[in-house]
Amino acid sequence: MKFKIFLTVLLASALGAAASAKTITLLNVSYDPTRELYVDFNAAFAKYWKAKTGDDVTVKQSHAGSGAQARAINDGLQADVATLALAADVDALYNVGKLVPQDWQKRLPNNSAPYTSTIVFLVRKGNPKGIKDWDDIVKPGVTIVTPNPKTSGGARWNYLAAWGYALKKYGSEDKAKEFVGKLFKNVPVLDSGARGSTTTFVQREIGDVALSWENEAFLVLKEYGADKFEVVVPSLSILAEPTVTVVDKFVKKKGTEAVAKAYLDYLYSDEGQEIAARNFYRPRNETVAAKYVKVFPKLTLLTIDADFGGWTKAQKTHFTDGGVFDQIYLK
Amino acid sequence: MSSVASRRSVLPGFGLSLGFTLAYLGLIVLIPLSAAFIKTSGMTWAEFVAAVASPRLIASYKLSFGISLLAAIVNAFFGGIVAWVLVRYTFPGRRVVDALVDLPFALPTAVAGIALCALYARNGWVGEWLDPIWAGGIKWLSTHVPWIDWAGWLGSKLAYDRPGIFLALTFIGLPFVVRTLQPVLAELEPELEEAAATLGANRWQTMTRVIFPELLPALITGFALAFARGIGEYGSVVFIAGNQPLHSEITPLLIITKLEQYDYRGATAIAVVMLVTSFLLLLLINLLQKWSRRYYRL
Repeated sequence: MKFKIFLTVLLASALGAAASAKTITLLNVSYDPTRELYVDFNAAFAKYWKAKTGDDVTVKQSHAGSGAQARAINDGLQADVATLALAADVDALYNVGKLVPQDWQKRLPNNSAPYTSTIVFLVRKGNPKGIKDWDDIVKPGVTIVTPNPKTSGGARWNYLAAWGYALKKYGSEDKAKEFVGKLFKNVPVLDSGARGSTTTFVQREIGDVALSWENEAFLVLKEYGADKFEVVVPSLSILAEPTVTVVDKFVKKKGTEAVAKAYLDYLYSDEGQEIAARNFYRPRNETVAAKYVKVFPKLTLLTIDADFGGWTKAQKTHFTDGGVFDQIYLK
Repeated sequence: MSSVASRRSVLPGFGLSLGFTLAYLGLIVLIPLSAAFIKTSGMTWAEFVAAVASPRLIASYKLSFGISLLAAIVNAFFGGIVAWVLVRYTFPGRRVVDALVDLPFALPTAVAGIALCALYARNGWVGEWLDPIWAGGIKWLSTHVPWIDWAGWLGSKLAYDRPGIFLALTFIGLPFVVRTLQPVLAELEPELEEAAATLGANRWQTMTRVIFPELLPALITGFALAFARGIGEYGSVVFIAGNQPLHSEITPLLIITKLEQYDYRGATAIAVVMLVTSFLLLLLINLLQKWSRRYYRL
């Protein structure tokens, strides 16, 4: 009898606690190299949300190749927010699953990309092959590590940066095609994702240069020591805009719309921007950017919209079956 | 009218168990497989051909089927020896070795791929000294065995190239051969060999005329299993293959590539081609097995 009372009390108190402070769980489906960023950011957001509303929020993370993640969400992975490597993958959430509205990218500032990155060269200490710019990596005898643009979002940025450089410098599409052809001739291993490529370069010691996300390159310096690797910034690169969105269909179903929106807004706050910068993503916020100006060197950046006519066009021209990337191998 | 069901069996419940078996097989095997066929049936013939017969895919079929075959043959031979040793000899640590054989079953394939990479890459424990030997060996073969085309292998590395695919497929295929041969070998009494010896057979004759025919059906089964597994293997291979278009891309990787582009129909079309080809090959192997049974049962 006593035990029964005890149990009732326990149950009642548990229910009472649950009623006074809600526990919310969000799922953030992201791409490979953002693991460390979101571990920091989620902790900060949980604190902020607790202080603001009194609710506990736990954010679960899921990481894999950006394209694979978009596919998983389309196939039913109940993501509250998607933070993917490029707009094309979020577009797929509209095109394939109709999970977000068509104009999703206009809902948040800066093309829905709260932080940016770019493509840089990661080379071995002392830069033994003397690599300074894109022209140096297509020379015979230099080996390059980059993932496969067909399967990796990061690799698509790599490819387009090289293409953009060659187009600007040599003036014609044929020359640019020849240039990326030479580049991929120097690639001995095409991994399927950015992390795999980094591992190949860093741990297997394959390649003289790795084309890498800037944040990933800095992470390598941090994890493996600046005495083993160097970052080389080319004269021209591309503004990589990893984009974020609330997945409307799922948040409406789960009733997490408000907190999911707040989560993304918080990425634009001073605190969010600071965390992004600490994790080597270029912040959008001018004042935060000014603080980290020494970390992120200034360089000329192409943009996907101005220089390539947007993702839909770039994807179609270069990466679909029979596109330019396929052609450079079929000669 | 002597149907199977009307014949009286000692065991009851034939109808029930047959029904269950068919339903189960349908649920687990046939429905997913037919989904692949249904998805492709929406394509026109021209679309289908365009999806499955691009030069990249043709190169990948040759590679996937060729290397799986090679790995299965090597596994049939060395797996046979392993099974023989494990059954016929007792030595300290035999049980440990026996358990080790199952490791490729249990290990996540991605782990296997990464481990093989770490070992056989030019800075790995094994690759460090084996890679130069491999390069030298191929060079030697290309000058001394000129009737085979070595071009695709010349200058190759062990890891991140075609040989890596072979290594991975040999690794994952081994237990299939060993585990199918072991029980048959255990059943095979040593008395059989003694009888052969008393009848005047020498060791070679005992081996080829007495033991081998008994083992052949199981060996073929093991070979077929290893082969089929090799064709479909993805996880371990992508890490070690280097994935060079037209050179070291396996077919399952191209299926994934199609999926990345939301080309579900293209992906299933390739799957259908692989399924049909594998099915035909396995059928052929089954016939071969039947024939071998009849051939040796004089």
